[in-house]
Formats: sequence, C-alpha cells, structure tokens
Amino acid sequence: MRLITHNMLSCNIKGVTNGFPLRIEAGNVIEKEVDFNPDFIRHMFAKLEWKALVEGARSMGYAELPEDSPDAAVLESDESFLKKLHHALLELHLEEGALVCPKTGRKFPVNKGIPNMLLHEDEV
Amino acid sequence: MWFLCVFYHRLLDFRKPEVEALAELFGEEIAENESLQWRLPEHHHNDTPFHFVQLSSEEIARNIAKRSILVKGMYELWGEGTCYEELKESILSYPDSRKLQFLTSDSTFRISVETFGKALTFEEQKDRIQSLTYIPFEGRVNLKNPDHNFFLMEMIESEENNGLQPILQRRIFFGREVGFADRKLLPTFQLKSRTYLGPTAMDAEMAFLMANQAKATSGKLVYDPFVGTGSILVSAAQFGAMTMGADIDIRVVRDGRGPDCNVWSNFKQYGLPMPVALLRMDNNLPPWRSGLKEIFDAIICDPPYGVRAGGRKSGGRKILRGTVDPYTVPDDKRTDHIPSTGAYSLVECVHDLLHLAARMLVMKGRLVFFFPVLRDETGGEVKFPEHPCFKLVAVSEQILSSRYSRVLLTMVKVEPYSEEIKEAARLMHLEFRENHLKWLEDGNIHSSVFKPIDSSQIHTDPKAFKDPKPKYRGKYV
Repeated sequence: MRLITHNMLSCNIKGVTNGFPLRIEAGNVIEKEVDFNPDFIRHMFAKLEWKALVEGARSMGYAELPEDSPDAAVLESDESFLKKLHHALLELHLEEGALVCPKTGRKFPVNKGIPNMLLHEDEV
Repeated sequence: MWFLCVFYHRLLDFRKPEVEALAELFGEEIAENESLQWRLPEHHHNDTPFHFVQLSSEEIARNIAKRSILVKGMYELWGEGTCYEELKESILSYPDSRKLQFLTSDSTFRISVETFGKALTFEEQKDRIQSLTYIPFEGRVNLKNPDHNFFLMEMIESEENNGLQPILQRRIFFGREVGFADRKLLPTFQLKSRTYLGPTAMDAEMAFLMANQAKATSGKLVYDPFVGTGSILVSAAQFGAMTMGADIDIRVVRDGRGPDCNVWSNFKQYGLPMPVALLRMDNNLPPWRSGLKEIFDAIICDPPYGVRAGGRKSGGRKILRGTVDPYTVPDDKRTDHIPSTGAYSLVECVHDLLHLAARMLVMKGRLVFFFPVLRDETGGEVKFPEHPCFKLVAVSEQILSSRYSRVLLTMVKVEPYSEEIKEAARLMHLEFRENHLKWLEDGNIHSSVFKPIDSSQIHTDPKAFKDPKPKYRGKYV
C-alpha cells in the first residue's frame, strides 16, 4: 500500500465521523522504484491532505517532506521537491502492517501490500 | 478535411464512438452537443467498412488510426467510382496541388490492392495496378518500407455476400494512406496467453476499446471498482495511464493463484507499470475520506450483472433479510474474521457506481461501463441508468446470446457533485437496505436469462418472429 492510497482512506465504521487519517502501523516497508511522471504528481498534489501525508511518511521511515504544504509555485519550479513527493507517494510500500482508526482503534490489516477495508457485521 | 476511414468488420456498434472518443483525445475541436461529421459512400449501407469522416488534420487521423482497435486505416481519398473509367476521371480531377508532392522522384511508394467480397489472383491485382499509369508516379517502388503507401480498394458486388448486406453496386476507392492500425497489439495481449485469468476477465479487444472510450492516456488516473484480475486496467496501463483497482473478493486481488499468478504478474507479463493501488473494499460502503472528490480521470469497469457472477456487498445474507440481528464478533476472533457478504442487486450496484463516479471523477471525466439488457424487450425502450451529473455520449451493443446483450455506456461528467446529490444518494442507500428483498427480486436479470422458454411463445411461423438485428450481428460483430 502506498501513501497516495493511505491519503484517500478513512475508517467508515457506522457512527465514526472523523476516521481520517488512519495511523500507520508499519510492519514491513519496502521501496520500489517507479518511473517519474511530473504531470501526474502535480495533478495529485492538489488532492492531497498534506499533514496526513507527512505523518504517514514519517511512520514509514521517510522524513524528507516539509511540514507545511508548499504553494503551487514550488511545484512548477522545484523539481527536487517533486521528486521527493514522487518518492513519498509512489515508491514507499507498506507490505505488511495495519491502518488504525484514530477514534476506535480498529485495525484494518495490510497484507501483501493490500489493505483490507471490509467492515465486520456489527460495524455496518 | 474528409478522410476515408476503413473499419474492420467487427463490433459494428463500437466503431464510431471509438473514433469520436479518440478524435477528442487527440485534439479535435468538437462543439458541446455535436459529434464528428460522417458520410457514407454512395449506395453503401451503414454496416459497410467504408466511411468518410471529417477531421481537421492528417496528424489527428494518423493518431486515431494508430491507437484504434477497429479502424484498419485512414486514407486521403484521391478518387472513387463504380468502374475503372469513373475512377480515372475522379483521380484526374483531384487537384495536382494535393497529389504531386507525394509522387516526387526522390520518394518511394507502393500500391496495394485490397478487395472486399472476393479474392483476386496475383495477375488480376497486377492488371489493376497497371491501369493506374495515368497517375504520374515518379519515385521508385519500395515494397517493404515506402515513404508513401497507396491503396486501391474494391468492394465487389454480389448477391450472396457471406450473410452480409448484399452489395448493390461495385465501388472502387483509391487513396493515400494517412494512418494505419497497430496490428501487434491484440496478438500480444490476447487472453489465452495471459498469466492470471478469471471467469469474467475482459477480452483484450474489448478492454482496449473501453480504454479508448475513456480516453486513457499518460498522466491520467484510471480506476476500476470491480478490478478482479485486472484485465481492464492492463489495457489502460498499456495506453500510459496510472491505474488503481478495488474488489470485495480478497482472494482475487491479494492472493491470486500463487506468487507468480496474480494481478501484479499480469502487469509484469507485459512490462507495464504496476497499479498505484489495489484494495479490498465494498463499493456499497467505501472507505473514502470525506472531502475526497474529483480524483479520477476515468472510471472503467464491468460490474457484476448477476447472470454468471453475482455482486456482493457487506452484511450477511441473513442480516440483510432481517432473519438475524447484526451480531458482534467476539474480540478474540476479530483478527481472522472474514466478514460475511450478501447479495448485491444490479440496480443497487449501478446506483452506487454512478454515485461513486459523480463524486470521484474530475469534471469532464468519463465513466465507461457495461450494462446488461434483455433482448426480447417487445415495445418500450430500454432504460439506461441516469444521473444528474452525467451526460450519456455513447451506447454500443454487444450481443451475448439470443436472450441478452450488454451495452457499453460512456458517460461524461458535466455537473459538479453537490450536497443535494450526496443527500439523495444517502436516502437511496437507506431505501435499498430497508427493502432488501424487493430489490433483489426486481433488480436482477438472472432469472430472465435462464428461465426456460415458455412454449406458448414459440412461433410456428418463422416470419412472425422479427429479429431487429441482421443475421451477421453476433458476439464479435
């Protein structure tokens, strides 16, 4: 599971209103290289929740992202920033671990890189 | 500029929508409620391989032909006629300013003869090429890799045309090739050599057509909420898009049939970039954070119709029917608990899909999906799913059996997602839960497809049974 996915997910148990962001319990993190596509990264940047991304990256062992979300001008001019963002979003993989709901503590397991977001019968 | 567009004789309903989508992708300016202009050659029926289409440049025509699955080639027409004399007159009257630049002495060329409806001997082909001596070719012939490729195409009249529409009158076309199809694509991606398959894996040809309808290209993010073995995403990835998929069945998505036989290995087989994400989730209760919207450029999928493979959603069968109250899973059993799932009717499935698309697609993003229809709808039009955010731009039918077909629907998002739409969807979601049984029965076509034929409906008089589609229309045409 990549950070780009983590940035989209929240806990949707019945009754939980603010289940985002999920805390990452990192079991096994690996790095896989992905071709750099600056247009795609710029397009995704606009949709990200920055704080969640920075925290998530830290849980996976990457602390190179700036605390505050940079403004759009940086995206156009600074390629090294885009590369860092690319690395954080696409090249860090959580193979084994869990995503933990901030409100209830419910763990959504991640196995073989795939998060299991299915709810149990009493959470629906 | 008018171009002669020659199609393969396959999937007839899908041809023009594909060209229209690709024209838009490659920069053709098409006004709001308009489409491309098409013209038929004289005396030709709509199912003919030959169509004239108006495009603003040769480059767009070339790009469309290269990426299209159903276009065999695009040509600049130099002449046409019902016989070789007419053809000659037509070619001679075509302006020199358009012809001479391709006939120069320092260029190479080749003339190919193609006939539709009859095979010609080598001698006959040579004779036809010789008859074109009135065209001042000054360059050298190069059969392997010419600068310019000319085609002489003849549609030969016959009454018995292999079950196709009879050709009333012979027609001959002569043109300069402007673009041609990539013939290596389908053989490379065909399913029979795919590593990981499932019972509903999408046929490679159809998957590429869907990716074209969705205008998948580099820099875009394409999502499949019913990813299964990833057959649709593979095609989108081949065209350069980043892909993402989800499925409720964890075995298909996570495990596959082994470490070298799963969704990832399908992408590895073709050297394509892996999907950005694969998830296990329920589309009926998706885990998207609130505030997330307009993130996908296209959603391409083949939802479960409930005929051969049924959809599933959260909540056990008995809980949904109300037979049993929702139970709490004891804590010590939670980690390995596999949540039960219940039947998911087609109607609810499509409702959830449209809601997902309305929220998660960017403006002008495309939703491309298959929808099953019963074929014996006597009278009354077929009603396709609708949503206030979407405009339906293409409907293409693929006949699956005598009982039912599926139609590929292409919708474009034209209105933004609003609070009203969110609220209406929430109410509909509750309605489905309250009346679970009713929707299961009304919202499924499984029984209609598999019920035995009522003997009173068998007509003794063959003429009384009207099949609206001609005989040659089948699963692949």
